[in-house]
Parts: sequence; C-alpha cells; structure tokens
Amino acid sequence: MKSHVWRPLYVVLAVIATVLVVRKVLVPPDFGIGSRGYMYGWHRPSNEAEWQKVTVKYRTSEYCKTCHADKYQEIKTSPHASISCENCHGPGLRHPDDPRALNIDRSRELCARCHFRLEYPTSGRGKIRGIDPKTHNPGLDCVTCHWPHDPRKQGHTPAKTAATPPSQNTVSKTSNPCERRGHDIA
Amino acid sequence: MISRRDFCKKSLLVAGGLTIPLSALELFNPARLEAEKTDGKKLRWVFLVDTHKCVGCGFCVKACKTENEVPYDANVTRTWIERYVITKDGKTHIDSPKGGRDGFEDSRIDVGEGTFEEIKNEEINKAFFVPKLCNQCDNPPCVQVCPVGATYQTKDGVVLVDRSWCIGCGYCVMGCPYGVRFFHPVHHVAEKCNFCYHRISQGMQTACVDACPFGARRIGNIRDPNDPVTKVIMTERVNVLKEEYGTTPQVFYLGLTKEVK
Repeated sequence: MKSHVWRPLYVVLAVIATVLVVRKVLVPPDFGIGSRGYMYGWHRPSNEAEWQKVTVKYRTSEYCKTCHADKYQEIKTSPHASISCENCHGPGLRHPDDPRALNIDRSRELCARCHFRLEYPTSGRGKIRGIDPKTHNPGLDCVTCHWPHDPRKQGHTPAKTAATPPSQNTVSKTSNPCERRGHDIA
Repeated sequence: MISRRDFCKKSLLVAGGLTIPLSALELFNPARLEAEKTDGKKLRWVFLVDTHKCVGCGFCVKACKTENEVPYDANVTRTWIERYVITKDGKTHIDSPKGGRDGFEDSRIDVGEGTFEEIKNEEINKAFFVPKLCNQCDNPPCVQVCPVGATYQTKDGVVLVDRSWCIGCGYCVMGCPYGVRFFHPVHHVAEKCNFCYHRISQGMQTACVDACPFGARRIGNIRDPNDPVTKVIMTERVNVLKEEYGTTPQVFYLGLTKEVK
C-alpha cells in the first residue's frame, strides 16, 4: 500500500485534524445553539451574564431619597415632580463615596430642552410654557430667578443665597409666575 | 462472492441513505425540539412609546449614552429622537441633531452640513417627536446575518452582541432595517440598544425610561397580562415600525402617522 497516490490523502487528513484542534482551542466551550434555534440562537450563553454585570450608573430618584428626603419631597410636590434628580445632577453612581462626583448641569441649555418654546400643536411640547433664549434674559442662568426644584418659587440671586435659602421663599401667586419673574432681576 | 440480488439491495440502501440530509436526522433531537418551543415562556420584554407625550427634551439620549458608556461626543447613539414637521404644502421635514442628545433648541430643521431650514409656525400642519431604539424583533435580521454567532437573542427576547466574538464585519449594521446598529468607537464591535439588559435583569427600568419626565417611554413584559404596558398594547391602537419587513418588532408606538419611517 506504500504508494505516492496516498500522500494527498494524508495531507487532507492533517489539514482536517489541524482545523479541529484549532477550533477546539478557539471556540468557547459553551458556544452553541441557544433557546432560539439555529437561525437566531447561535451564541455563547455566558455572554448574557457579562451584559447583566454592567454597572448601573443612574440610580433613580428613589436612591437619592434615602439621604435627600427633603429635596425629594420638595420636587415631588412641585410642577417638576416627574423630572428625575439625575437628569440635572448627573448619574449618582459614585456620589455617596465622593460627593463631588456629581456633575450638576445648571446651564440655560438644560432648561431649554423643554422650555425653549416650540409651537407644535400636535405634540406635548406645544403645551409647555416656554421662552426664546435669545430674547429672554440672555446670558443669565435660569436658576438665578427660577428655583428648579419648585418652579413656583423664586430662584437664588447670588448675593442672597446665603441669607435666605431659596426653598423658604414664598410661593408666587400670579397666574403666570415665569412671565413676571426674571425681568425685574435682570 | 456477492450475489447480484445482494449487490442491488445494498446499493439501493447506500444510495437511499446518502439522500437523507443530515438536518432530517436532527428532527429527532428532543433537545432541539424543546429549545424551539416558543410557548410557555414567562417573560418577553417589549417597549411602548407614546409620541403624543414626547417633547424632544433628549434626557433619554443623554442618560442612555452615559449609562451604556457610549462616548458622549461621538455621533453615534443607541437611542435617538427624530423630529417630524409636516408643513401645509405636504412636505415632511425630519431632523435629529446629535440624535436629540441636547434636545431641540432651534425651531429650524437641521438639514445637515451646517445648513438649516426655516419653517414658519403658521406653515406647520403637524409637528411631533418620535423616539427610536432597538425594536428587539422576534425575527431579528441582524442576528440572522451574523456569520459568527456574535449576536443572538436571549430567552426574554433581547438581542445582545457578544463583544469578544464580534469580528466587525458590519453585516448586522447593514441588515437592520431600523438603523439602530453602529460600531462602538472604543470597542470597535457592533453596538446596539439592549433595553439596558443589566438594569431590567435586576428589576429596574431602562435608563431612558427612568430619565423620561413625560412617561413617553415605558418597558413591560408582554407575557404578563396584568402588566400596564401589556394592557395598553392589547387595548389601545398601537403600531410598529416597518411591519412590511416581517421582522415582528417589539417596540410599540402610540400616535404613529404614515410620515414616520
């Protein structure tokens, strides 16, 4: 049986063996069809656990409430009740250990996300009271006049911040407080 | 010596055996039969978007990018908001500057390359915002086209990407009719919304749902008849995107119109 005719066969067998060995080494042991069958299920099931282990950064307002119950109560009884703390204060992930980890956004642009007036009658946006940032006290932070935790209250002017905490200011009783305030301060 | 009769018999047997495809034999694999059963599942994540409520604030996009570590300034995002302005001349104007990450603080439509289109308020017939995200389709084309099995669907219906296994061929990016897939600028593999799998797996809501102040985004379990989201989907007039592709998308929309693509 010693014939040169067989040599290509040995080469082919060696290639197949190499492929099988390499495959055994490279392909993860749990790789296979999952519960979704051949067409949609080929995967490495241990990857699901890897995705589940991703760190949660936004801890929700309920998490903030455990230490800041007063702030939580204030905003929850205000017209801004539905806004999550972390929307403006940034993700609370490392905040309890490192209080400065929060990246608080006090910019005009943040408020203008909702309060830049767009006359869209078929959208919820059209129902929100809004301003044109180009003409409404340009250059001034909104929080100067408007207290974001309760927009019915006045904001803090830089000089008075220390003397009277904004949360103790009186609630304005005008029908449209946003219109009235702001102008006399600028 | 083999008889003529035996030879014919055995030849037919071998020829017959060769014609049976390997897949036909696997029909008898009970494990696979069990695996392919779709009934009896207790959990199937679905999403509900109410376009009437969305105001385009973009807090969802901001939260999503931070939560899921998608580079904040890269022009890619797992979820985004589209603005539709339909004018009285019948034209539809659509834009989504930075995916709506910073909201919509310009009444002009961003046509791209630094040009803007002014639209007068009195010309507007309809104007609204439509948040988009992965539809976690029941027949996900992105999974079907993956040549290496790097993207797959979990038992609870979420399509995930195995970052260590993706070869970056981009078939899934092209295959998704909704354009939700992109390359992650840091990991250089396919990236997509996964309903914040790390959050929903531990009983939380997705980051975008938590960030939405208007309740425009909701996530639920369609297998649970008492789930409020399921109740809305079952009793109200909901629609899905691009139904004609046969992908069976699982993100349901309230208030869609024909202009939304």
